[in-house]
Amino acid sequence: MKALSQKRRHPLAAIALLLMGLLITGGLYAVATTVNEAKASTTSFSANDTEEGGKLFAANCATCHGMGASGTKDGPSLVGVGAAAVDFQVGTGRMPMQMNGPQAYKKPGQFNEEQTHQLSSYVASLGPGPSIPSEELLDAQGNAAEGGELFRVNCAMCHNAAAAGGALTRGKFAPALADVSEKHIYEAMVTGPQNMPVFNDANVSPEGKRDIITFLKQIEANGSPGGADLGALGPVSEGLFVWIAGLGVIIAFTIWLTSRTS
Amino acid sequence: MSATSTANAPAFVAKTKGGRITDFVDQRVGGSGILREFGRKVFPDHWSFMFGEVALYSFVILLLSGTFLTFFFDPSMAETHYAGSYTPLKNVEMSVAYSSSLDISFDVRGGLFMRQVHHWSALLFVASLSVHMLRVFFTGAFRKPREMNWVVGGVLLILSMAAGFTGYSLPDDLLSGNGLRIIDGVIKSIPVIGTYISFFLFGGEFPGSVIIGRLYMLHILLVPALILLMIVLHLFMVVVHKHTQYPGPGRNDGNVVGYPLGPVYAAKAGGFFFIVFGVVALMAAFFTINPIWNYGPYDPSPVSAGTQPDWYIGFVDGALRLMPGVISDFHFEYIIFGQVLTLNVLLPALVPAGIIFTVLFTYPWIERWITKDDREHHVLDRPRNAPTRTAIGVAGFTWYCVMWAAAGSDLIATHFHVALNDVTYWLRALFFVGPFIAFAVTKRVALALQRKDREIALHGRETGRIVRLPHGEFIEVHAPLDEYKRYKLVGFESPVPLPAVPNEHGIVTRKEKRRAALSRWFFEDRVAPAAPAELEAAHGHHGQHEAVESAEAQRTLSH
Repeated sequence: MKALSQKRRHPLAAIALLLMGLLITGGLYAVATTVNEAKASTTSFSANDTEEGGKLFAANCATCHGMGASGTKDGPSLVGVGAAAVDFQVGTGRMPMQMNGPQAYKKPGQFNEEQTHQLSSYVASLGPGPSIPSEELLDAQGNAAEGGELFRVNCAMCHNAAAAGGALTRGKFAPALADVSEKHIYEAMVTGPQNMPVFNDANVSPEGKRDIITFLKQIEANGSPGGADLGALGPVSEGLFVWIAGLGVIIAFTIWLTSRTS
Repeated sequence: MSATSTANAPAFVAKTKGGRITDFVDQRVGGSGILREFGRKVFPDHWSFMFGEVALYSFVILLLSGTFLTFFFDPSMAETHYAGSYTPLKNVEMSVAYSSSLDISFDVRGGLFMRQVHHWSALLFVASLSVHMLRVFFTGAFRKPREMNWVVGGVLLILSMAAGFTGYSLPDDLLSGNGLRIIDGVIKSIPVIGTYISFFLFGGEFPGSVIIGRLYMLHILLVPALILLMIVLHLFMVVVHKHTQYPGPGRNDGNVVGYPLGPVYAAKAGGFFFIVFGVVALMAAFFTINPIWNYGPYDPSPVSAGTQPDWYIGFVDGALRLMPGVISDFHFEYIIFGQVLTLNVLLPALVPAGIIFTVLFTYPWIERWITKDDREHHVLDRPRNAPTRTAIGVAGFTWYCVMWAAAGSDLIATHFHVALNDVTYWLRALFFVGPFIAFAVTKRVALALQRKDREIALHGRETGRIVRLPHGEFIEVHAPLDEYKRYKLVGFESPVPLPAVPNEHGIVTRKEKRRAALSRWFFEDRVAPAAPAELEAAHGHHGQHEAVESAEAQRTLSH
């Protein structure tokens, strides 16, 4: 003790104190985050995933979402959004965002499956949230008819009854749902990406979500029994088609019929 | 006349059995006389004269395919559970009407094809009818003696829209149910009587359980019968008035230049029916229309994004979309004596359509009043030669198109990646200024085209041959037009404004002053056709007219 008190006025004492303080807070923080991770972790994530994910996050996402994903004025906090949200946003290429705008566009994914997994692991480690759905909910073997009813009541007002998508206010939109994977449809329902509301399990049960996916996959597989679907956009594309193609061809015939041979 | 001649002549006996049967029939119905009369009817040949025919043929296709559909359609709103072969709707609760429409689509042989033929030809029917009306308007074919036939055509347009809408609602799918709900809202917005009409129509509160059956009766009985009646009237008047023709050498208001109906024109027209049928059949075979299985059964709770009516009702839907609910603090809903007055539904739903149809029906008389033109017209105007009328037409058309586009505002937003709100704001602005811009631009374009015509008539066609004269000047050689082509460019009427004239009491009435002002507005900007004297000066060897520079240059060259 005496030795210590003797050296307390040593020129390097302040620096040593500072180092000690940093070490302690850093250590506590590290402990705290691992505690958090333990709470939120789904079994499939390893500590290594989380660590790699953290690096990827710092390099690619932190500009907007902030270090530690706590959010900045350019992007929301991701604490508690869960692995499902990351898997959806990054998996469909919406994140990292192509450009600032009312809504993120779907684009070819910037990260491969492993990296997406690592990012999900990292964000899941920040706080509890919806996890990536299990395989048995994504088999598209549910009841399509009931899924169709759920879809018409809950989803069609934005996504269109034929899942062809639709406009929302101020440049926002509900995208078309063809070619969206079962996993991403499910994740979208539980996390409510962009402007979509969250359909939690009390709202639409996991079984109901499975039915909705079944319905979507079935109408996609059925294709269009009546011929080319003209974008499945309803009467607007039909009207456009009859005016341009239908009348166009008929006008060509009228010109041919009334042309003179001379 | 024919009776006396046959009485005096020895009885004619045909040589063959077929001939004798034909003669038997002919003596009783006078077919040969009718054939002789009609066979000699002359129809001018021009592609733009065939849209009415397209409409007529579409109607025939509608009757044929519609009859097929009635064999299988059941307009009942009773509840049932779907048991057909489309699995995504298996066991779903729905009306019998929707279920039978699905059966037509999936379980009746050729049913889907016939449904699509019916729907595509319905769209084509209204489209060709509209183009036909535009052609009639822009060429001035509605003038005396055809004003009443123009009105019959307008009635046909309204009836075709009614036929289309009643048919659109029959399958009782989600899309048509949403459309019907909008119509119900529009009806209910009519002050005082609206709710009564709605309850009468739907047999109680919307949707009730009778509307499909009622619409079905209108769709297959009353509306087609009225359309048929109007078509008969329309064609009867076409025969009485004879067909109009475009201006050309040898054509005037006293003749019709073209082919006789029999045999060439009849063959062409008959063949054209099959062409139209073929085009519709190909569309129905390869392109789906109204995929009702996508929409699901009607249920008042869900509304699908992208719900639009068929194109011909689109402009009303568009007007509804353009109408703001409130403008900052100003709202459009009032309660007067306990009655709700909902102007933000009533105004857009009824006023634009009301204006369009009122102007459409009265236009022949408006123009007749302004121009004081009481002569018969059988030679058409080229649209450029009636600049103000053409401009009015394009302005109206633009107004219609703005509302029409508004019906697809959501699709414009998603497909061009623009904000839905901005689309609406722009269309709102265009709703008010669009017609005026269209008027000004069209009138300028028409006058410019007239000037170009005049230029060509006077100086001939530019050949692209540039020649350098001995003193260094470059000129382009113009080739003179042949007389037939020149006639087209100079042979039209170019009325001048008619000043106000006093009536029999020597008084210039206020109404007459208004007419004179309108006449001035109508005709003050005009490019007169090249007069014979000018043409003479331009082409002759007088050489003093300023307009003959190029002709002179050419002469210099040829020396």
